[in-house]
This record gives sequence, C-alpha cells and structure tokens, in this order.
Amino acid sequence: MKKVYANAAEALDGVLFDGMLIAAGGFGLCGIPELLIAAIRDAGTKDLTIASNNAGVDDFGLGVLLQTKQVKKMMSSYVGENAEFMRQYLSGELELEFNPQGTLAERMRAGGSGIPGFYTRTGVGTVIAEGKEHKDFNGETYILEEGIFADLSIVKAWKADTTGNLVFRKTSRNFNPPAAMCGKVCIVEVEEIVEPGELDPDNIHLPGVYVHRIVQGEHEKRIEQRTTRKKEDA
Amino acid sequence: MPWDRNQMAERAAQELEDGMYVNLGIGIPTLVANYVGDKDITLQSENGMLGMGPFPFEGEEDPDLINAGKQTITELPRTAYFDSATSFGMIRGGKIAAAILGAMEVSEKGDLANWMIPGKLVKGMGGAMDLVAGVGRVVVVMDHTNKHGESKVLKECTLPLTGKAVVDRIITNLGVLDVTHKGLHIVELAPGVTREEMIASTEATIV
Repeated sequence: MKKVYANAAEALDGVLFDGMLIAAGGFGLCGIPELLIAAIRDAGTKDLTIASNNAGVDDFGLGVLLQTKQVKKMMSSYVGENAEFMRQYLSGELELEFNPQGTLAERMRAGGSGIPGFYTRTGVGTVIAEGKEHKDFNGETYILEEGIFADLSIVKAWKADTTGNLVFRKTSRNFNPPAAMCGKVCIVEVEEIVEPGELDPDNIHLPGVYVHRIVQGEHEKRIEQRTTRKKEDA
Repeated sequence: MPWDRNQMAERAAQELEDGMYVNLGIGIPTLVANYVGDKDITLQSENGMLGMGPFPFEGEEDPDLINAGKQTITELPRTAYFDSATSFGMIRGGKIAAAILGAMEVSEKGDLANWMIPGKLVKGMGGAMDLVAGVGRVVVVMDHTNKHGESKVLKECTLPLTGKAVVDRIITNLGVLDVTHKGLHIVELAPGVTREEMIASTEATIV
C-alpha cells in the first residue's frame, strides 16, 4: 500500500481523463489544492466539471484552469472573485450550476457516504428548487438534492501520515473532508508527511481510508482579503 | 434623525441574548459584533468555525484562518474548527440561534431577496439560502429604501428569492418591523421618525 508520491504530476498519473468530474476542497483561496491544480493545468486535461465552493481568482486556485479553458462546468456557491470566470460564463463558454453552500457540502458528504439523495429545506421557494422533487415531512416542505460521486477528489491538508490519516489546520479544513470523501480516487497534498504513530489517533480529522495518494510540497497560501487592526485599537 | 449604519448595527445587537450562537452576514451585519458588549455571544463563520475573534494585528495574519468574507481573523479560547458539511449541519439543524443578514428586498410575508439581480453580475448565494432556511431566527438589517428612494420593504419581492417566508424581523434606518401573519408590525421607530413617515416609505402593508 504505497500512497506517497514524489510530486503532484506523479500522483495524478493514470487518473485524469477528458470530461471527468473533479471535487475540489478549499474556501476562497484558503485550503485549496494549489499543487494539484497546477499539475492538472500542465497535464492539459479538458472538458472538466469541477465541484468546488469557489472558482479561485484569475491567476490562482481554480482560476488557472479557467485561463487555460480546461473547465466545461463549475458546481459552486459563490464565484464573485474571478473576472475570467465571468467573461467565459457570460459568453456561454462555461456552464455554471449554482448550489447553496451547505447543499454543496452535504452533496459531497452524502456521495462519499453512499447516500444518493437527501431532502433539505434549503432553497425551497427559490430558483434552486425548480425541477426538483418536493416532499413534506411534519408539515414542512423539503426538496430532493443528489449526492455527488466524483471521479477524482483533490484536497489540501496540513499533515498526513504515510497511511493517509489527515489533520487540517484552522479554517483551511472547510470543504476538504467532504470533497475528499466523494471521489473514486482521492489525492491529497500536504505541508508535511509523518510516519504512522506521529499523529494522535484521537485527533485524526479524516481517516486514511478515504485517501489514495499523498504528495508533499511547498504552498504559496495566498491571502485573499488581508484585514488587520492596529495595536492601539486593542 | 433616522439611524446611520452604526446605529442600525447597535440596534441589531439588542436582538442577541446571552449564550446565543449567531451568524453575522457581510456589510452592516458585520458591525453588529462591535456592539454586543458584555453579552456572551459565540459567532459562527460558515466556512467552519465557532468562536470567531477580531481581525489580527498587522504581521500576525494567518492564511489558514479566515472568515466567510475571506478576511483574515483570529481565534478565541473557545474556538472550534470543523468542516463545511458539519458547519451547515449545525445551520440546517437549527443549532444556530440567529442570523443577522443584509438584503436587497424583503416582503411583508418574510420573503427575502439578497443574492441576485437578473441581467447583472451573478456571484452566487454562498451560504445565505442555507442560513435563512435553517437558523432559529432571521433578522434583516438594511436601508429602508434603495438609492432611487424606492422602498425595499415590499408586498412581493421582485428579485429572485433567497428564501420564502423566512424573515422574522427587519431593522432599517427608519425603525424596526416584525413580520406577522397580518402584515408588518412596527416595533420601534428611529428617533424623530413618525409612524406616518414609516408608512409612506414602505410599499408593504403595515398593520
């Protein structure tokens, strides 16, 4: 069971194909699999459908795959930070399926948990509910949402042991665990790989059963909105 | 004098009670955090955090620690982190007592529109649809009229909805309105604002 690969390109070897569905972790630019995104750009895989809360910015995150026109469709909740995204969307080159943020996260979690559909109140009475099955439970109306079953998950964690047990750091956890769960193959990029036993078994955020390939590398970790306060305000 | 942004936020902070877990939206709702005073309030950030702290000091920003507006923030002794599915589980599951959100339009039935203007740039609903469908109480804070002077408190929303019959209370620069089965009920008027002025500025039915 060899899970550790030398670099992102090797970790992706044999799993990419045109037209595939990829689930990606991250929120904004926080906790995004930046090394795997760059390697997918270099591989040139086309017609991708990507389930990801956001679409990066023009020159970083998933934005780099939009620049190279490798993306056919995005499944996202918020895409406001990306001018190239908007250009391609408004010109009809790029499809967009808006998902409420919690519905997107739950669709991934459900897919990874063997649940093909679930009912939620989110979106009832809005455009999101159009064409979806409605059902009443205890006098409340819910809509049916479907689990996401991705061909590939690309995620970012803080640390992994060589068996794929993962630990995330602060709010960079975000969509990474649910995205990791819903892929047939899950590749994780981390800042540090340690030996089994070095992570506290009581503090594993995602067990290695979900993780197939691991790569370690240097991360830029760009900040989208640097916001600070002055010491004298404290 | 109608309330300004900070006074609206200060009034909205009165909605919060000791022990509440609360989600604050972007814009005026973010300012509410400045007015909670001694109340024991835990702020949720839907990207996966309970116990959101203030902005960091310069040089102490952490790229792994941001709020739902993607701003750098800090943690508190009580902070807990979790993934997005868990975060929206607690929202959808009614564990978050209240959300204070901005709006483009609100109807007298409590319908909320705050995510999309057809024909204009569509950025997405983010977590707003989940929040209004799931949290215990939804309080909207917004200007009473738009920049053309038209009422944002309407009989029916004209913009695509974020949620249907989800708003409990509306706080505007003119005062505080509650959504009731019969129509909107005036709870409070900003200093110097008369009931007649409130009714004249509101397209919706005030009872």
